[in-house]
Amino acid sequence: MNATAPSRRVRLTPLTVRDYLVLLLAVLVVVLPLGYMLLASFKGPSDLATTDLIVFPEVWKPENYSEAAQKVPFGRLFLNSGIVTVVGAGLKVLLAILTAYGLVFCEFPGKKYVFWGVLATMMVPPQVTALPNYVFISGLGGENTYWGLILPGLGTGFGTFLLRQAFMQLPYEVIEAAHLDGAGHWRRLWHCVVPMSLPSIATVALVSVVYEWNDYLWPLIIITDPEMMTLPRGLTLLQNSESAASSFGVLMAGTVMVLLPILLVFAILQRHIVNGFTQGGVKG
Amino acid sequence: MTAVTVKRPRQALSGRRIREWLTFLAFVLPNVALIVVFTYRPLFQNIYYSTLNWTLGSKFATPVGLGNYREFFASGEASKVLTTTAIFTVATVGFTLALGLGVALALNRKLPGAGFAQATVFAPYILSGYGVGLAWLYIFDPNIGALSAILRDIGLNSPEWINSPPWTLTMVIIVYVWKNLGYAAVVYLAGLQAVPAELLEAADLDGAGPVRRFFTVTVPLLSPTTFFLMVTTILSSLQAFDLLIAMDKLGRGSRTLIFDAYLTGFKEQSQAGYSAMLSTVLFAILVVLTLIQLIVVERRVHYR
Repeated sequence: MNATAPSRRVRLTPLTVRDYLVLLLAVLVVVLPLGYMLLASFKGPSDLATTDLIVFPEVWKPENYSEAAQKVPFGRLFLNSGIVTVVGAGLKVLLAILTAYGLVFCEFPGKKYVFWGVLATMMVPPQVTALPNYVFISGLGGENTYWGLILPGLGTGFGTFLLRQAFMQLPYEVIEAAHLDGAGHWRRLWHCVVPMSLPSIATVALVSVVYEWNDYLWPLIIITDPEMMTLPRGLTLLQNSESAASSFGVLMAGTVMVLLPILLVFAILQRHIVNGFTQGGVKG
Repeated sequence: MTAVTVKRPRQALSGRRIREWLTFLAFVLPNVALIVVFTYRPLFQNIYYSTLNWTLGSKFATPVGLGNYREFFASGEASKVLTTTAIFTVATVGFTLALGLGVALALNRKLPGAGFAQATVFAPYILSGYGVGLAWLYIFDPNIGALSAILRDIGLNSPEWINSPPWTLTMVIIVYVWKNLGYAAVVYLAGLQAVPAELLEAADLDGAGPVRRFFTVTVPLLSPTTFFLMVTTILSSLQAFDLLIAMDKLGRGSRTLIFDAYLTGFKEQSQAGYSAMLSTVLFAILVVLTLIQLIVVERRVHYR
């Protein structure tokens, strides 16, 4: 995005220096703790259980990672998190596309109220519904299953809201032309509406991916079997099994495995992700 | 492809309308059904649970009416938990907005590297709260943490971040602000970019210095952004959970309403009825805040 900006020379006024210092400080405040965590994940007990500030490990100990994987089945957890994220976010996006299409392009008496009903779910945090959903899902035998993990979070108010906004801004003539050519709703959705709305759909997908990957409360409640845990849920298990100060290395190795994949995705797609999460902020 | 429009009789038209309605339902129903089953049903069931004396997993429950509410508000617990919730919310929202605006002002100068800085500052916002909490727990550790080592080097003792509840709350607030600061900065940046340059220039010509321009032009024009951020960050602070439980497993210092609801319902004595009461109180607070927001936004739209 810097390609379009005219290259200009920056004059070193006191204001410029001050702003650079602010930015530098802000960047350091973010990068240093994360970097410290990464380095700590390679530290052995002697570098950890000390009151001195040791930034770089004196002896690099990548075994922390295999040790973490022995205590908690991290390979399996990775797979579980991947499945939950891909299936959960995928279905969420699909549901959002279908709902938004119906709300924008189909006729129905009282459509407005359906929309408000969907939208109002954004006001109900998952924490409020966790207890009854736990009773319900575990009653159906959904404890320690993928479906029990994924199903309750699928309904989407946010995705529907965002895609409805996007669909309403599409050029009506194009869709109407397809209609006159004899394309039914299904064809119009997949051949006109979806291809024209890919950026918005990608936004919803990315936000859902981040949300599913990080989700903690529901997996904490519904999963007790280590083989079925997601990564953040597995961290709890690791934290509970490690109590000695010297075991922070193993714990940090586990933490890196949780944080790094999302950071990598963010590094590649940061512009879209930032837009997705701050959408609505501009318009108030 | 002969598009001949035939005037259809009224009967057929209404048949087509019904088909259109059915199409709508086919599109909307999967999502709506999930929402009804997993959001609205449990929402009301939770209110019902809140009137029970019931241990999670037990087959027996005694209706106690508003007994749980009375117990909560009559005992000292309400004031303790609500105070913790209020301190956490006000402190995190205040610092997130103030520091976010500071960073946004620096980003807004569009210096080379500002794009990188913006992405970096935003990154913690999308990280797992639980993972972030653990990473910082190691830094804050009073014995072996980096922070305590640095404090010792400058001749200070590390506060009892783990064993003293007020310090635990302070620690959690610091990390929560760290995680959410970038969100406020990016939203403020968008607000700043919408401030018309002519207004600032006019104020400049009128002899207003940079500080005065900031407080008389920029801050008032940013008030819609500030309001939006206040609402979203208050709502998310009230729902903060992952980071709290990662850093303060037993809830000794940061036992906010939602944290209390989890601990009483799923840990400790598994008092499901009491826990449901707590999350109902939380929901009531969220509804009131949302209504206030809607009223304020409505007003502003009409005044414009």
